[in-house]
Amino acid sequence: MLKRIYAVFVARNREFVRDRSALAWNLLLPVALVFGLSFAFDGQRDEYTVGVLQAEADIDTSSHPFLATRYVRFVPYADIDEAMLKIERHQLDLLVETGPPVRYWVNPTAAKGYFVELALLQSTSTAGRGVIKEQVTGRPIRYSDWILPGILGMNMMFSCLFGVGYVIVRYRKNGFLKRLRATPLTSLEFISAQIASRLVLIMLITTVVYVGTHLLLDTRMEGSYVTLFIVGVVGAISMISLGLVVSARVTSEELAGGLLNLINWPMMLLSGVWFSLEGTGETVQRISQIFPLTHVLDSARAVILDGATFAEVAPSLGALLLLSAVFLAIGAWIFRWEQY
Amino acid sequence: MDESRKIALEARDLIKDYPGIRAVDGVSFKVPEGICFGLLGPNGAGKTTTVEIIEGVTTATSGEVYYYGEIAGSRFRQEVGIQFQNTALQDNQTVRETIELFRSLYDRQADLDDIVAQCSLGDLLERDNRKLSGGQRQRLLLAVALVNRPRLIFLDEPTTGLDPQARRNFWELVQDIRAKGATIVLTTHYMDEAQVLCDDVAIMDEGKIVTHGAPEVLLRTRFGDELIKLASGEIRRPNLEDLFLDMTGHSLRA
Repeated sequence: MLKRIYAVFVARNREFVRDRSALAWNLLLPVALVFGLSFAFDGQRDEYTVGVLQAEADIDTSSHPFLATRYVRFVPYADIDEAMLKIERHQLDLLVETGPPVRYWVNPTAAKGYFVELALLQSTSTAGRGVIKEQVTGRPIRYSDWILPGILGMNMMFSCLFGVGYVIVRYRKNGFLKRLRATPLTSLEFISAQIASRLVLIMLITTVVYVGTHLLLDTRMEGSYVTLFIVGVVGAISMISLGLVVSARVTSEELAGGLLNLINWPMMLLSGVWFSLEGTGETVQRISQIFPLTHVLDSARAVILDGATFAEVAPSLGALLLLSAVFLAIGAWIFRWEQY
Repeated sequence: MDESRKIALEARDLIKDYPGIRAVDGVSFKVPEGICFGLLGPNGAGKTTTVEIIEGVTTATSGEVYYYGEIAGSRFRQEVGIQFQNTALQDNQTVRETIELFRSLYDRQADLDDIVAQCSLGDLLERDNRKLSGGQRQRLLLAVALVNRPRLIFLDEPTTGLDPQARRNFWELVQDIRAKGATIVLTTHYMDEAQVLCDDVAIMDEGKIVTHGAPEVLLRTRFGDELIKLASGEIRRPNLEDLFLDMTGHSLRA
């Protein structure tokens, strides 16, 4: 059994690696995106963002004149530690508790924090209230720190879904699956070989791209590389499994492409590849939880930006493994070798 | 036919229905060990569907297939070799890698050098399999069918699209394989091919077997010593194509 899996695994790897254009695309696209977006957006966040420390979900703008300041986005925070972390990283310009007395936290090295502080002090003096100032320091999170896991996750998603889903549909359509079916190879052995092949290839590509961009852009890494690698492996398995579901029965490459895009696009938009889902509606956040990519990116960013340990990302990894098991069970159940 | 030979393959009352059409309609036959058995008929007669049911790649609506007296199962998969009518191979693989891939899927393995010599692929081993000519590709597909030293080999329309020289080369290969003791099931719509290669034939039309037996016996039974005069004035002995026309009222190439 293992001998047959290994034979199909090696043949599939060879087919992919010798397709120079596909290999180059898988390696160069994520690198180009990370560099391009970092160059374009690092240090640029157009609006001022102020956290308001309060238990309620809605901000009462009449409670303090500062909360009516134009061109500032006010976001409620119930957890002071979470908000302080964002001040440290320049993701929040200022955190305010309207009191009385008014208390605020600001990072002295953040330029936008300086200006928003002036606005707060002016509105507070107009209101004739006292203020308590607290300083918070920390290294800012650049856009490249934030976007790197997003782009690697997106590349992984495309590679796993198309590299497995599309390829199996092509094999079925051109009769290669039928040829394999006439041998002692079982569907379990064939599927295992496809998973193993794509897993090894995508982890090699992701590791090379991550190490290269991490070294060149000096991106942040607060956690363990081993934990990050495990997140990548579990995430890749879940997306390969999803690709197998799509390819299990489809016989047309056009239909497969449409179905894969139907999965790719919502996942790319709602999993936090390009922007944080923080501040989006509860419905959107709930929908995002059904996508494997959401759990991959949340876990990877938690490790990279927050230094999360394996135990802290274990719930997300558990969700990914559960999704993988469901996808694999469905894929194996409905898998068909032949076209008709 | 030697009645004492073991029966390598038996098809019993095979039926295959597709929506609105019965592609195979109660096909039964036996193939003794060591012969070349031909399943003949025009395109659309149901030959390929019948053979694919036997090979296990298409599911029959009803009927059974026996291999050496047992329902065809895992032993059958290990011991048969198959050359499909249309087979795509994996991209970016050489001839050697393609043969080795399929060889690795079997417990019984033929020696790589023997297969290469038998199919005359020695000069092509490192060539990308997408860059082979029609005849070279058919030889590779035959090599793939031989990787497990098969006792039973299915060849489905193996010479379709080949030029006359390549066809004759391929016939020599098939005769060589048969001489080494393998049983062959050949489907073809070329009657000359069947007459050269087959010991026994079954002629199919519209999903059914219309006649079955050794070619010379079938011809003698139907035509005796009759000769056929063509429109051109030429006179010749009747062949399997004439037999088919006589039995069904339409040409094999219809």
